[in-house]
Amino acid sequence: MMLAYGPGMRSIIRHSGDAPALPDLRNLGTTLRILLAVNGAAVVAALVREPRWEALPAAIVSTAGALQPPLLLSLAVLWLAAPWLARQPYRAGAVVVAGVAVASTVAFHALYSGFAPEWSGSLGRDVVLALAAVAALLYYFRLRAKALSPAIAEARLQALQARIRPHFLFNAINGVLSLVRSDPRRAEDALHDMADLFRVLMRDNRDLAPLADEVELCRQYLDLEKLRLGERLVVDWNVKSMPEDALAPPLVLQPLLENAVYHGIEPSTTPGIISVNIFLSKGEVHAILRNPYRDDGGRHHRGNRMAIANIRERLALHFDAEASLESRTLRDSYEVHIRMPYRTVAPPKAAGEARVHPAGNVVALDQERAKPRNRTALRPLEAARG
Amino acid sequence: MADAPLRVLIVDDEAPARRRLRELLDDCATALPLAVVGEAQSGREAVELLQSVPVDLVLTDIHMPDMDGLELARHALKVPHTPCVVFTTAFHEHALQAFEVNAVDYLVKPVRVQRLLAALQKVPKLRPLTNERLAELPSSARRFLSVTERSRVVLVPVEDVIYLKAELKYITVRTAQREHLLEESLTRLEQEFGNRFVRVHRNCLVARDYIRGFERVVNDDGDAHWEVLLHTLPETLPVSRRQQFVVREIGREVAA
Repeated sequence: MMLAYGPGMRSIIRHSGDAPALPDLRNLGTTLRILLAVNGAAVVAALVREPRWEALPAAIVSTAGALQPPLLLSLAVLWLAAPWLARQPYRAGAVVVAGVAVASTVAFHALYSGFAPEWSGSLGRDVVLALAAVAALLYYFRLRAKALSPAIAEARLQALQARIRPHFLFNAINGVLSLVRSDPRRAEDALHDMADLFRVLMRDNRDLAPLADEVELCRQYLDLEKLRLGERLVVDWNVKSMPEDALAPPLVLQPLLENAVYHGIEPSTTPGIISVNIFLSKGEVHAILRNPYRDDGGRHHRGNRMAIANIRERLALHFDAEASLESRTLRDSYEVHIRMPYRTVAPPKAAGEARVHPAGNVVALDQERAKPRNRTALRPLEAARG
Repeated sequence: MADAPLRVLIVDDEAPARRRLRELLDDCATALPLAVVGEAQSGREAVELLQSVPVDLVLTDIHMPDMDGLELARHALKVPHTPCVVFTTAFHEHALQAFEVNAVDYLVKPVRVQRLLAALQKVPKLRPLTNERLAELPSSARRFLSVTERSRVVLVPVEDVIYLKAELKYITVRTAQREHLLEESLTRLEQEFGNRFVRVHRNCLVARDYIRGFERVVNDDGDAHWEVLLHTLPETLPVSRRQQFVVREIGREVAA
């Protein structure tokens, strides 16, 4: 609720809205829009050129027919190149797209002059038309992206808001209030835990942070929940072999524990165990969280799905395909398994390209890890976003 | 009457929340004579308590495991000395609009002592809750059916119910152990527990989980009809002509 106004939220909007990007060339919607726009233009062109109404269909067929092969070829090439193109800066990408369009125009021009001379106009005119089409389409997609970006930012915002249930905040405050008179010291501790928790929740959480910090945060969170749930909440920590310096997206575990409490502990009057297992295996960090779970008809599931999707998205943003999040429902428990590459911060003086974002913090160091066998480098956030 | 202390029962699954309410009620006691007569961790426990101690006001949390506050309020209607109910909740949900519309009192936690006192002072003037008004509130299906037996309210877990059969004025609630008589409408029950029970006859709802299969029975006149075979009970229940499609629907479900 109140988190919607936190600094972290604003930065997300700024983040996704600024840099222009090519449309997703593998998206069916994009392809359909291009086909419709180009063929629509062909129809208009035929209308302008052909004064006789009866001859119009033939004129349309001829114009559109000549257009189809180079258009489809361009789309196919762009489809293949899409992942690569998405990583290029916008201008370079736009030039490549124009190049592809011109090249396929030239190729078919040569082909037509051999087989179908009636379709073949002057080459210069065709190339100019192709360039005009590319420019118009790119301009259109950019306008469209601008129009849509507030909606996307809004969706993102909502997803992030779901990260902490207002329910928890008020329960925690109520828990502290219940201690103020009888056990003021514990009330103090609880307020400190709350302050720490909300400091993390409200800060700019784009940078990776050591896993030990996340675990500490989780402990504070669970202490607060323990305050009100008492012996109903039992936590089984197995983090002795956890690589403390491993970098992880902040709040990668806490929302999952919040779900575990909400779905696994709160619905039952008897004590339930939440187990947390974090360990290193073959250069990868694994975190396995498990909580009791009884299917009660699915009225709680929406919040959980949103949290899972949110964490999965952030893992992908930082680690791409090297990280994964899997969840499964066992007979009477629910398990989430997170896998991410083991990375640590490089010493500050090491050479490497540091990306600095407007707030002045170092976002990430594009720097190989000290251990030679693990050559993965931290990927700056902006680059990962494409 | 005016001088008799207000007897209050606190219901919340979280101990600190109960303690906090008790502290606040103590604060109110100087302004308004009252006595906390008990605390319960769940609606179920509260229903038991209500039968041993007369209570004027139940302060109950809405979200609780086992039996939530709304269900408690419904069962409390059957207790001889029906108490007033004021709900408490940690979060101002959209669902609470329905409470306002139906003038059902609630307190948002953390509760301010002034707000609690105001609620307590209103108690003598509160309109008693009714099943109709409670039905307007967004609630999930009950976990228990409450039947009155020898002036005691007995809670029958819905998951133990094998079938519900309407006969004359009452509904027979059949569990593996015994039968209870319930004063409710079969149609309402079907709406509330539609996922759990299936209608096999104008007067009968059967729990899907307890259906073992179906049997084709031909009587002396040569008319054939289906009968439901049940787990744990030897008796069978007739399927009416109108509900015959159920046989195929469930039959497939069992096979699959």
